[in-house]
Amino acid sequence: MGRYLRRRIIISISILFVILLILFLLMQFMPGSPFNDAKLSEEQVASLKESYGLDKPVIVQFFRYIGKMLKGDLGVSYSIAPNTPITSLLVNRFPVTLRIGFLSLIFGTLAGLTLGLIAAFFRSRIIKVIFNILTLLGIAVPSYMFAMFFSWTLGYKCNIFPMLYDFRSPMFSSAMPILALSLSVMAVIGQFTRSEAEDVIKSDYVLLAKTTGMKSSTIIIKYILRNSLIPVITVMASLLVSLLTGSLVIEKMFAVPGIGGLLTTAISSNDYSVVIALSFVYSALYIVVMLILDILYCVVDPRVRLGGKPS
Amino acid sequence: MSDIARIVLEVKDLKVTFRLPTGDVHAIRGLDLTLEENEVLALVGESGSGKSVGVKSFMGILPDNAVIESGEALFHDQDQTVDLLKMKDSVRRKNINGTKIAIVFQDPMTSLNPTMSIGAQLITVLRSHKKIPKKEAYARGIELLREVGITDPERTMGQYPHQLSGGMRQRVVIAIALSQDPKLLICDEPTTALDVTIQQRILELLQSIQRARGLSIIFITHNLGVVSKIADKVAVMYAGKVIEKGTVFDIFYDPRHPYTWGLLSAVPELSDSKQELYSIPGTPPDLSKEITGDAFAPRNPYAMEVDFKAEPPMFKLSNTHYAATWLADPRAPKVDIPPELAERIRKMKQEAKDYAEG
Ligand SMILES: Nc1ncnc2c1ncn2[C@@H]1O[C@H](COP(=O)(O)OP(=O)(O)OP(=O)(O)O)[C@@H](O)[C@H]1O
Ligand SMILES: [Mg+2]
Repeated sequence: MGRYLRRRIIISISILFVILLILFLLMQFMPGSPFNDAKLSEEQVASLKESYGLDKPVIVQFFRYIGKMLKGDLGVSYSIAPNTPITSLLVNRFPVTLRIGFLSLIFGTLAGLTLGLIAAFFRSRIIKVIFNILTLLGIAVPSYMFAMFFSWTLGYKCNIFPMLYDFRSPMFSSAMPILALSLSVMAVIGQFTRSEAEDVIKSDYVLLAKTTGMKSSTIIIKYILRNSLIPVITVMASLLVSLLTGSLVIEKMFAVPGIGGLLTTAISSNDYSVVIALSFVYSALYIVVMLILDILYCVVDPRVRLGGKPS
Repeated sequence: MSDIARIVLEVKDLKVTFRLPTGDVHAIRGLDLTLEENEVLALVGESGSGKSVGVKSFMGILPDNAVIESGEALFHDQDQTVDLLKMKDSVRRKNINGTKIAIVFQDPMTSLNPTMSIGAQLITVLRSHKKIPKKEAYARGIELLREVGITDPERTMGQYPHQLSGGMRQRVVIAIALSQDPKLLICDEPTTALDVTIQQRILELLQSIQRARGLSIIFITHNLGVVSKIADKVAVMYAGKVIEKGTVFDIFYDPRHPYTWGLLSAVPELSDSKQELYSIPGTPPDLSKEITGDAFAPRNPYAMEVDFKAEPPMFKLSNTHYAATWLADPRAPKVDIPPELAERIRKMKQEAKDYAEG
């Protein structure tokens, strides 16, 4: 287990390093400079560059940049909130995005698992049809459509949930964004769980367990559940991407003060440094969650934990 | 006990059909089997002849789309007789599965739960009928692993299936099958997926366990070479039916059905190494279509007109030997078995005699 995890951690760090490099290069190639103001004389620009360290060789700049990023200094914003450290823009927003994303993933996964298992165990026609319709909808319809639908029904018509995010009740007003985001998670996890569980139910080891006269409940818990849930962890990783991109639009629609909203604002107002800093944050978030999922995988699957060599 | 051997299992006219979107597949078309106490019955036949489906149907583990159309599978146990086919799953689970009948599958790689340690699996099975203490189950597990020839059982108990070799896994599967002291063991090609040397050892293991415990075994294989080593009786299956049955001597020294001739001719172990390996021409019939006459007729070089029109009954050739071929009808012309096969049989008999004489 230790060796596997060490490898995963090294890989994660290397990926993060490559991402930093790419982001840094993007900055280098970005047209213009922070100081392209016609009123500045050449000497002034040079002294500004010196004071920001921009006169040093590119490689030195890169390592300084990495050092600062790792210390949590993501640079300053140019245009949205001039000269404000980006970190301070994030402090309040990041937890909001994290909470909504995390809850969507958890909620969607739990709902998907439940539905998938029900569909795998009770193979009646009606359940099959309902399940297929639900999951197809969840996969085909983008989350912002669900968001619109819920805003109109649950928000506007029925007046159950607030239509906009509210600082005073962060959980309650997050309900609709979470619902909209979790539906696609639920659909994908549901379909995946069903096909996995169906395979496991048909597998030799479950058939064999039946021929030993074991109780059904034992077979379901010890043989079927665990083995069909392990592969679901892999899907969760890939769902994370769609969750992150989905959250960009959803945050805007419900006026959620998260980093998604910040990113869309930064993009539309050409605030490169914020865009790049946020790209880094998103990448780091993704890599960290992947790492967590890997650890989880490792804990539940002895084949990963103990390595594959027959002794 | 009386001289008359006691019958353990009688399968009569079993018919199993698979319902597929493309139509029905009649996989088992009237299977009859008889198994006596303390006897090893080999069930042989080409791939797709229905060996696995046949035994799965009375173990209650057929796929959802399979339907048992007719037949019975009578299991005799201490003056009690039950029909396995008419039994509810819950009753079968409680009274039969594991404790009376157990099964070993072909592929040891997929037969064990990949996320449970060997010990946990054994203990779970051991406690499935009787709630014995965990400690006791553990000790019993160790004993069982020893019985199947695992030298370091304490270590194996803590290991997971993926850490074991194929042969070791199959030993564990056998230990699990034996754990509740069944009377009848079904082995569905238990050595096919293993290396040749390991095949031999597993075979010997099964043989010694059979003798020690007085088990009845149904041994499924399409390898006749294996049959001669382990079995007492042989039932040859073709297209969902038994077409010839008898003792090992009947089948190996005096085969009567042209299909059995083909199977015997195709055994590599028996052939001269130089000779090209024989294989039966043609392919098995399409089981989704109606079959008239002898199902083997289209591939049978000795087929007569009647073979295409009427299905042959089981002709009784001796007290132990039966064959479903019109060649066994008294009115049929005398057909000699293929000369190469006759020569082989002669050699086999000679070898057996030499062996017996030392
Ligand atoms: N799940 C299934 N769905 C449809 N048809 C099936 C299914 N399983 C088996 N069959 C049919 O039943 C027939 C018998 O299959 P079975 O597995 O019993 O063959 P077998 O004699 O065990 O062959 P092998 O030596 O390859 O194991 C096959 O010809 C196949 O057409
Ligand atoms: Mg088979």
